Amino acid sequence: MNIDRRHFLIMLPAAAVAWKYVLAGTPEDSPNYKMSDHWWSMLIDIPKCIGCGNCVRACAAENDVPDGHFRTWVERYHVTDYDMVNPEVISPDGGKEGFPAVAEDAGKYFFVPKMCNHCADSPCTQVCPVGATFVAPDGVVLVDQTYCLGCAYCVQACPYGCRYIHPEKRVADKCTLCYHRITKGLTTACAENCPTGARQLCDLKDPNDPIHAFLKTHHVQVLKPQMATGAKVFYNELDGSVR
Amino acid sequence: MTGVEGYMYPNEINLIWSVLIVLYPYITGLVAGAFILASLVRIFNVKAVAPTYRLALLTALSFLIVAPLPLQLHLGHPERSPEMYFTPHSTSAMAMFGFVYLWYLMAVLVFEIWLDYRHEIVLLSHSSKGLLRLIYKIMTLGSDNISPRALAIDHKVSWIVTLIGIPSAFILHGYVGFIFGSIKANPWWNSPLMPVVFIFSAMVSGIAAVMLLYMVTTKWRKLPIDMPCVDTTAMYLFYIFIIDFSLEMLDLIHRIYEADESFRSLNFMVHTKLYFSQIILQLLVGTLTPIILLGIVQVTKLPAIVRLRIYVVAGCLVQIGIFSMRWNVVIGGQLFSKSFLGYTTYKMSLVTKEGLLAAIVLSILPLIILAVLVKLLPPWPDKELDYVEAAATPAA
Repeated sequence: MNIDRRHFLIMLPAAAVAWKYVLAGTPEDSPNYKMSDHWWSMLIDIPKCIGCGNCVRACAAENDVPDGHFRTWVERYHVTDYDMVNPEVISPDGGKEGFPAVAEDAGKYFFVPKMCNHCADSPCTQVCPVGATFVAPDGVVLVDQTYCLGCAYCVQACPYGCRYIHPEKRVADKCTLCYHRITKGLTTACAENCPTGARQLCDLKDPNDPIHAFLKTHHVQVLKPQMATGAKVFYNELDGSVR
Repeated sequence: MTGVEGYMYPNEINLIWSVLIVLYPYITGLVAGAFILASLVRIFNVKAVAPTYRLALLTALSFLIVAPLPLQLHLGHPERSPEMYFTPHSTSAMAMFGFVYLWYLMAVLVFEIWLDYRHEIVLLSHSSKGLLRLIYKIMTLGSDNISPRALAIDHKVSWIVTLIGIPSAFILHGYVGFIFGSIKANPWWNSPLMPVVFIFSAMVSGIAAVMLLYMVTTKWRKLPIDMPCVDTTAMYLFYIFIIDFSLEMLDLIHRIYEADESFRSLNFMVHTKLYFSQIILQLLVGTLTPIILLGIVQVTKLPAIVRLRIYVVAGCLVQIGIFSMRWNVVIGGQLFSKSFLGYTTYKMSLVTKEGLLAAIVLSILPLIILAVLVKLLPPWPDKELDYVEAAATPAA
């Protein structure tokens, strides 16, 4: 191949860009895992949640979540008969240590675990200026923390408040659906540690997953459906007052 | 959990976009506004404001050089910011920033200033001595042909660059508005009017800034202020301000009348946490007062000295008003919870990377750059008026 100086100079910048990808290497091998075979989601069964905070603690321990930030948290709603659209909500330290005893008997109380909704049309992915956050082929929204600028635009764009800037890494951080576990055939840390089975990891591409039967027979909703984000965390018996 | 009222999602309690992100749209607004004022002379042939022409261009450049600095300081990993150029994400409004910025800096402002000053730069490269001579020599970029034909070509090209510059200035600042306006998760930002409001408020702040700078520098040089110039500038300021105010009121009225699910929360915020910066500073001090002051000048015949004082006061109030507007957009948009159930508080740090001190330094920096530019490329040669007049009619 004959390359003169002119062509060499033209190719140099392209080679420099390509070299970057060579240096980046290949993703960690998971020989038995094929991304295109899965479409992950999560089922949260609200009547089953007892607000113990096990999921929050398990998530923090499993993923080394910094204090004051949450990949998952639990909210306690108190909805009174006379003001159904303005519930009283608390989540002390993300519900990590459970909740105080209820003071008022009127109205209804229930717990709502929250986490990244792993939206199919995720606004956070749309706004990322460098594509550091992306929807993986198996439906999990991930952040490449070696690439993220830390501009926090994605944090602003998430309608559910699921993202934060990691105080030490200075990059966007969020629930990965315990990607390091689910690609090895395990379930998420939060689901694993839920004593009542209120959280269940689901694979919508698996025809044998019980989620299919569940969705057919229950009143299931996603958070803020008006946002049209394609949220994939399904809530059973979600109250209309939940935001 | 101090500073939180009601319920915030736990990750929302600390604000992530600080005062520096307030500064960023404020600075780019000044750039776009100053350039629009310059284009009045070049494209729209408003000869009265010609004395501000070159000062407006240099002001735009000084602020544009500083514009990305608050963003860089804010980034968690500023060293990775070149990735926005190498691997831009096509669906991200922010990814386009680098390109719009570079285009505006290099293809519009620097090129136009260079064309405009080329004649003087060549002359200065011959007449000055030492280091300055070398600087001017470099600034000629090896092009020292100042024959009448070459200068005529300069004027023609410069006119075309200004023509391209007007939509570019609109894109530069409209895009900043789009960054906020396109976030559907945040009802305080989410509005198709946002880019338009940003563009008009940019023109208001930029024109007022150049008007102030012109008056201050002329006084400094102990020369008489060109009254038709400042009168015309103030007139444009007044009418553009009316449009800006109308757009903001349209947005407000629409929100109040529509009263969607976020209204109760936002309304409460405006009446509490944002009351001082929104109602007092932005609306009363920074918008209604200067509009009334500038309006009085339009309908009465006041003596020159009174008019000048009014322009100075109005110009300063405009800056307070537009800065407050940026503050209310950026900070206000993070004070309420996306659950609409609570509010947090912004605690500005003082001497940190994103603190008050950094903001003050970044606000002063453009003025220092402007002082250097003015020294290097004086925007007020004696023959400036003739020069601009000749340049305004290139087609002839």
